[in-house]
Order: sequence, then C-alpha cells, then structure tokens
Amino acid sequence: MELCPLIKNILLLDSEGKRIAVKYYSDDWPTNSAKEAFEKAVFAKTQKTNARTDGVNHVDLLTKVNADAEITMFDNYVVVYKFVQDLHFFVTGGENENEIILAAVLQGFFDAVGLLLRGTVDKKEALENLDLILLCLDEIVDGGIILETDANVIAGKVASHSMDAGASLSEQTITQALATAREHLTRSLLK
Amino acid sequence: MAQPLVKKDDDRDDEADYSPFLGIEKGAVLQEARVFNDPQLDPRRCSQVITKLLYLLNQGETFTKVEATEVFFAVTKLFQSKDIGLRRMVYVMIKELSPSADEVIIVTSSLMKDMTSKTDMYRANAIRVLCRITDGTLLTQIERYLKQAIVDKNPVVASAALVSGIHLLQTNPEIVKRWSNEVQEAVQSRAALVQFHALALLHQIRQNDRLAVNKLVSSLTKGSVRSPLAQCLLIRYTSQVIRESANNNQAGDRPFYDFLEGCLRHKAEMVIFEAARAITELNGVTSRELTPAITVLQLFLSSSKPVLRFAAVRTLNKVAMTHPMAVTNCNIDMESLISDQNRSIATLAITTLLKTGNESSVDRLMKQITNFMSDIADEFKIVVVEAIRSLCLKFPLKHRSLMNFLSNILREEGGFEYKKAIVDSIVILIRDIPEAKESGLLHLCEFIEDCEFTYLSAQILHFLGIEGPKTSDPSKYIRYIYNRVHLENATVRAGAVSTLAKFGAMVDTLKPRVFVLLRRCLFDNDDEVRDRATLYLNTLGGDGAVVETGEDVKEFLFGSLDIPLVNLENSLKNYEPSEEAFDINSVPKEVKTQPLAEKKAPGKKPTGLGAPPAGPPSTVDAYEKLLSSIPEFANFGKLFKSSAPVELTEAETEYAVNVVKHIFDGHVVFQYNCTNTIPEQLLENVTVIVDASEAEEFAEVASKPLRSLPYDSPGQTFVAFEKPEGVPAIGKFSNMLRFIVKEVDPSTGEAEDDGVEDEYQLEELEVVAADYMLKVGVSNFRNAWETMDADCERVDEYGLGPRESLAEAVNAVINLLGMQPCEGTEVVPNNSRSHTCLLSGVYIGNVKVLVRLQFGLDGPKDVAMKLAVRSEDEAVSDAIHEIVASG
Repeated sequence: MELCPLIKNILLLDSEGKRIAVKYYSDDWPTNSAKEAFEKAVFAKTQKTNARTDGVNHVDLLTKVNADAEITMFDNYVVVYKFVQDLHFFVTGGENENEIILAAVLQGFFDAVGLLLRGTVDKKEALENLDLILLCLDEIVDGGIILETDANVIAGKVASHSMDAGASLSEQTITQALATAREHLTRSLLK
Repeated sequence: MAQPLVKKDDDRDDEADYSPFLGIEKGAVLQEARVFNDPQLDPRRCSQVITKLLYLLNQGETFTKVEATEVFFAVTKLFQSKDIGLRRMVYVMIKELSPSADEVIIVTSSLMKDMTSKTDMYRANAIRVLCRITDGTLLTQIERYLKQAIVDKNPVVASAALVSGIHLLQTNPEIVKRWSNEVQEAVQSRAALVQFHALALLHQIRQNDRLAVNKLVSSLTKGSVRSPLAQCLLIRYTSQVIRESANNNQAGDRPFYDFLEGCLRHKAEMVIFEAARAITELNGVTSRELTPAITVLQLFLSSSKPVLRFAAVRTLNKVAMTHPMAVTNCNIDMESLISDQNRSIATLAITTLLKTGNESSVDRLMKQITNFMSDIADEFKIVVVEAIRSLCLKFPLKHRSLMNFLSNILREEGGFEYKKAIVDSIVILIRDIPEAKESGLLHLCEFIEDCEFTYLSAQILHFLGIEGPKTSDPSKYIRYIYNRVHLENATVRAGAVSTLAKFGAMVDTLKPRVFVLLRRCLFDNDDEVRDRATLYLNTLGGDGAVVETGEDVKEFLFGSLDIPLVNLENSLKNYEPSEEAFDINSVPKEVKTQPLAEKKAPGKKPTGLGAPPAGPPSTVDAYEKLLSSIPEFANFGKLFKSSAPVELTEAETEYAVNVVKHIFDGHVVFQYNCTNTIPEQLLENVTVIVDASEAEEFAEVASKPLRSLPYDSPGQTFVAFEKPEGVPAIGKFSNMLRFIVKEVDPSTGEAEDDGVEDEYQLEELEVVAADYMLKVGVSNFRNAWETMDADCERVDEYGLGPRESLAEAVNAVINLLGMQPCEGTEVVPNNSRSHTCLLSGVYIGNVKVLVRLQFGLDGPKDVAMKLAVRSEDEAVSDAIHEIVASG
C-alpha cells in the first residue's frame, strides 16, 4: 500500500494547450500519445473555468500570485490548476490524494516560476527561460515524491548560478531568495 | 548576488508568437551539440544547446539509441566546466537520457567526485542523479557516502539522499534497510522536509513489521513532528495502525483517536483536512467520533479557496453514503455551493444534498437543480441523474416531481450516455414504484417521438411491449408505437412491429386494430420488418377477430430465453443444414465459466513448462463430445452438468492432477486431467484407484486408463460410477494415482524398456449437492418468481453464525447451492447491514429452482438468513433447504 503522497505529473501548457514544459512521474501514461491525450483532456476540461486571473500588467502581480487555485476531478485523477496570462499550470494526483497537498505543490511551482521570471509571467518569457523552468520542475518533485513546496527555496536553488563554488548553498539560498523577493516587491510597488 | 540570466525588454508589442524554439529541428540541434567537445567550453552556449535538447525531448521527440549515446558522451565532457548553471543542466540531461549500464560507468567517477564535493548543491544533485541511473553493484561502493548524506547538516543534501533511498528501496531493499539508524536520526531533523522524507523512508523500511510500525506511530504521535507533510504521513500511518488493530480490541476507546482529533486543531490546512478525512474513514466510526471532523469540514465549505471547498464537499459526499444524518448539519452551507462557480464542487454539493435531504426539502432542491443543469457538462449531469434516481426510490411519494424533472431534462440537449442514464432511471422507477408507471411510460413515449438514438428507441419499445399492455388504457400507446413504423430506421421499425404484436397478444380487444397495422407492415422495404410482421400475424392467428390468445403464443412472445446467447450462437454455428431441423433444446444451458485451472495456470507455472495442466476440453460442448466418444460411457444418456476442474494436487508437485465431475441422470464420471512435470519420466498405464467406501450410494462400473503420459502433455483417465437414478446422491472419494514409470534419457528423449510400478496419493474428492444444480440465469427474476406456483414455496430461517463479513456469507451460500446469481445481487455494497440475493438454477431432473435469500447482520458479526425457495416440484424445494441445513 502506498501511503506517501505522490504527484502523477506537473504540466505547463500554453493558451492553446500546447506543451511548454511537462514532467510525468507515473507509468499511467506510457506513451507520448497517451500523455498528449491526457493534456488535451485536461486542457479542454479546465477551459471554461475561472482559474484565469484577470490582471494583465505588473500592477496586478501581487493579486495574481495570490489568486486561488482551481480544482477538478476526472478519469480518477485530481487536478489542481492555475492560469496566468497565456500560461496554464497543472498538478495531477491520484484519486485519493489530499487535495490540499496537491495545491501546495502547484502553489510552489507557480510562485517559483513567478519569481524566476521576475514578474513577467507569460509564454514568451517562459520559453526564453525554459532552462529555469526545467530546473524548477527538477527541484519540486523527484520521481513523484515531493522535494520542496516553498517557492522561495525552489527559486533560490534554481537561481544559484555562480562561478563561486565556495559559498555554501544554504547561505546562497537565503540571501538570494531575500534579494529576489525584495526586488520583486519594489518593482510591483513602483509600477 | 547572481545576475539575471536572460532578461528581455518588457516592451514586446509585436511578434507575439515569437518563440526561441521556432523551427527547431532535431538534426540541427544534434549538430550544435558538438560544441560540448570544444576544448574551450562556452558555458552559456552549452546551456542553451542542452535546453534545446531538453525542449525536444519534452515535446515528445525521441532520440535513437545511437543519437542518445552520442549526446550522452558529449554531455559527459561538460563535467570539466566549473559553471554551476551548466552543471545543473548536465544533471537534468543525464537523468533524461537514462543511460545504459555500460554508459553509466563513464560518468560514475565524475558524479562520485561531485558527491563528495564541498558545494552542497553538487552533493545533493549528484546523489539524485547517481541513484537514479545506478544499479545494485555500484550502490555498495557509494553506500558510505549516502549514509553520511542522510545526516548531512544541509537539508537539501539530506533530502536528496533520503528520497533516493525511497526509490532504491524498490530495487535494492537489503542495502537501504542497513541505513535504519541514520534515517532514524534524520526523523529528528529540524528541517521540515528532511523530517518528511525520513519518516516516509523509515516507514517503508519497516512496513512489513507491524510491531515496529506500531512503535514508530506511538512515539511520534506524542509530538515531535514539525513538518505539515510529515504530519500528514503520520496521520496515514496512524489510521493504518488503527485499521489493523481494530480486530483485536472491540470494546473501549479507539487507540490514537485523540491524536487524530488533536490534528484537527493543527495550523496547517493540509493536516486538518488529512485528519478529518482519516476520521471519516475509520471502520465503524461512531457519530460522536465523526462530529469534530464534520465541524472542521463544514468550515472548509465556506472557505474562499476552491480547493478547500472541493476537498471538504468530496469527503462529506462520501460520509453521506454511510452516515447521512451526520452530514445534515452542513446542508445550509452545502446549498449555497450549488451556485459555486466551480462545477465540480456544485455537482458534489448537489449529490450530497440529494443523499442527505429529507422529504420536505425535495421540491426546493429540484427547483435549484433545474437552474443548475443547463450549464454543466454531461458527465456531471449523469451523476445528478443517478442521485435523483436513488432519492426517488427513497421517497416514492415524491415520484411526481422527480419524474417530471427527469422527463424535462430528457427533452433537453444531451449526448447518448446522458440520455441513457435518464431512460434507465425512468425504467427503474417504473419498475419499482407502481404509481409512477403510467406517467413514466408516457414520458418515454414522448421521448421516442423525437429520439436520435436507435439503441434507446429500441430499448424503450421493448419495455413498452412488456409494461404497456398491463396498464389501464393500453390503447393510448398504440399511436406512439405505430408512428415509429412510419418515421424511423429499420431497426426501430422492427422493434415497433414486435411491440405492436405484444399488445395484440395481451389485449384481446385491441387485436383487430393491431392486425390492421401489422398488415400494413407487410409492405415495408426492409426484410426483417416484413418477416416479423408475417410471423406475428401468423402466431396471433384468429384473422383479426377478438379472440383470446393461446398460452403457447404468449410464452413465445414473452417467455424469456433461458439459454445463454453465447451457447445458442455456438450451436447455430455448428449446425449443419440437413433434413433434421435445428433443435433449440439441444443447446447447452450451462453458463460457461472460465475453468479454474486455466485462470490459475500463468501464475502457478512461471517457468516455461509449456501448456497449463488443465485438460484440453473445457467447454460443456467439448466435454459432451469427448464423453460420447468413449464407448463405455455412451449409454449413460444426456450429460446434465460438468463441474469446474478441482485440483487434487498441490502446485509444483511431480504430477499435477485435477478432476472434472460429469453428472448424468444415473451415473457420475470423474475425468482426471493429469500432467507429468518431470522431463526424465514417461508414465504408462495411468489409472486412478478410487475408494468409494464413504460414498455408499455409488458403485464403480467402468474405468478407462491412460495408455501413456509423456512429459508436459496432459492426458485424461476416467472412472465411472453408477448411482440411483435422479437422486442427488453425495459422497466422499479418496484417490490414488497408479502408473508404471519409465526413465527417459533427456538427450535422446527415448524411454527405457523396463518400468517400475508406482503410486501417488491424491487429495480427496467430494460429490456435493451443488453438483446437481445447473447455473441457469433468468432475465426477469420477479416475473419468473411470480409465475412459479406459490404452493411449492418453502421458507425457513437460518443462523449462519459469526462471519467475516456479509459478502463472505453471501458468497458461501451461493457456492454451497451452486446457483446462478441474478440481476447482480451477488454484489454486497460496502457497509450494508442487510442484503437480498436472488438465485436461479435447474436441479437434476430438469426442475427449475428460484431462490430468494435475505441476509441480515445480527449483532456485530453473526449473520442470519431467510431462505425462500420456489420450484416446480416441492420435493426439490425441500431438498434445497436440506442442502442449506446440512451445509
């Protein structure tokens, strides 16, 4: 019996349901076409909902980030999701998974991407920084098991680009996270 | 601080569709990957190329083996660079490529170096990569570092090692189990996620040791867990412990309930919810235990977060199935959720309300649902329809408004599945609520006037034919039915013709009118429709006068076909056109079930030992053919029943033997299917010596030995017994396999000339009452039951004693009687306290038997049963009671 919370997949799709970055942690979808079929179904099913936040410019960024995740269930999967601009974020778990845990993972992913893209959260920016998105996915879940849900820590780990191999990671993480958060706040206040 | 990697200008009014990967091609990117081999590495450029490669993989592109190997070797060169960003991409890339064992060796040393690096990020990631791609042999080399990493002071490193441990436990449990001490230390970590990962691993290491899990839970529930995720895990482990210990202590307080209840006051929502859900799922939860959990879920219902509302309403929906009263407190909050923007939440709220609602609130609810139905998807509508159906069965007095609702939504737009759910619901309501019949039938009639689904039209017409003639004014349906003959496709027209005929047969006053209508159908342009019309005109007879219809005609039109369609199909396929007409009585009535041995075989014999031990003939047809080909048994008459194979040997023994019991009117034949599983042996002259001293009414009359039984090719030997004719004699038989064994030279396959006589003890075999019962289903149990003479009914009550569950008791009785469960009544819903099961069969002597079993729980475990039997012969009804009384 599997008791540990497990994530089945994390998806980042665009406004037409096309892949930007996806990561599957389960054998439920063995082939690429099975995966694509799932993505299509998820996308179609969530289109009519109000997970989209209305804000389009940076002023609304704070409210955007704070908007609540939406949720649905189909094919015996629970899917939590959040849309912003032309980006669609999804996290899928099994039928009996604790919905709030899934939502925490989604929130971590969503906020970390927001921090890494420095507020400009849209498809163009996401594709241009695809390396960051992929690293972000790598830091959130490992083989279905949740690694981290705190967006600041995730973004900190991803953004620790430096030639300096001497500094310890924990130090880097905190200073960096703080700096990023500060910058992010000033930007949204100034605009 | 790190500089932003790629920071673009914010103004981007034009080229909205621009993508850095526009027109990307695999071949070109693989070319680009050559920069990995440059002596002077450009980290930024290399990173970009890796990103492109990952993009391609992410889009579903695949690399050939050669391409993957090439990329992999090129990527390994990048370990020379000191750029952290690039190294991160290298790690991800290696994981994506999942290199083969011989390739892994190339990167092992680089990764091991990173594993012992001073940089935490290197250590953490190298561990994850290495553990992902490594196999057991390498693991022993790095085990020491992994153990160190588990207790590393950096939480990221510790988590990486622990999570890798969880994955490795699947493949190399014996190694990971040695890390227990370190993992236990990590459970005490101050870092939240380390604690979570350590707890998950520790539990998996100990999961098969119940005592250890118990101890773990007892010590941790006293409170040293800080991380919400770890707390959720602990709640799950706790409920598992509660579940497993539930059998031991019935009385008194439930252990650990206080812990679960305490978690309801935790500050993290995920923990509160996990605990509330755990409490609602406790076995036999009391309403006192439920109350605090329901209270927190009720608070979630009015949360601003959709996820919380969804989680709460989904859990309450489940609770409502077993404890509807406990949920009624939430009804007001629930009603406001009907207008929730999230349709999943609204649907769950409605179906919960339908389960908990009382009679007085039905009308108000229906009004709210009507507004809601128009804007949800079909699959949600189906859920609502099903909930309304069960509500209507619960409150039959409300059938008018509920039926109206169903007919209204039937008229609206919708797909096939949705319409089918509505029609099915109306049909069930008509069947179970007599007052709803007339209005329900009219709703269905109106629906077929404008129905785009042939399947549904045909179903409804068939149903009308059965129920319509029994109503007070059958004539009003004729118009609807005859309209179908004008306006529909051939399938529906044919169905309508049959329905008309049924009205004509049942309602004598309508016969002249039906005749006129049927005659018109003789000119239909479809041959099936014409054929049916001709057939019915002839069978009804009387030339359209008002006369009574003969019983045999009614039987022909309404009698259920008591032959499985598969069998009929097979018999028709085998029928060869000749002078002799096809005889429907020759079709076997036994419901074909998969022989036991065939189902078990794959699991039992994983080694390539060839054919499974079951005898080649398995179907009733084949048995009959086989037996009639043996002269000794040719005069036994018609085969009544063949049992499923019964194993007489343990799995994995030298000789595998199972037996099939063939029952004739005055004889019983045992067919022993033998398989020799020793390649070095050839068995000859194989017989089974049967001792029937415990089966007094049986006398051995013939036996047919098996001449030779080579390795792995099954053969059969038979023994026949005589028994009193038509009597369901029972008895016990002990069996001994006797044969001459000859050594076989495995290289040449030739057997030696001399053999040794040998014996092999087999298990006992019993002929039981169920062997005299054929599994024959009926399509409409209630009809069949009512047509059977009530004088031959025998009713009695039995106590079945303590049983594991209601379902287990139901199964035991079904198996004891060997009868066919009808209408899916063999399935017992979870948690039900009573159950009715309907069985049907044919007893030896071709006597139809119907059984109605009512089970109830009497006290915590004791099962009581009321058995009602109807059959064509009261002696048989008594015999059935005797079977149960002595079983």
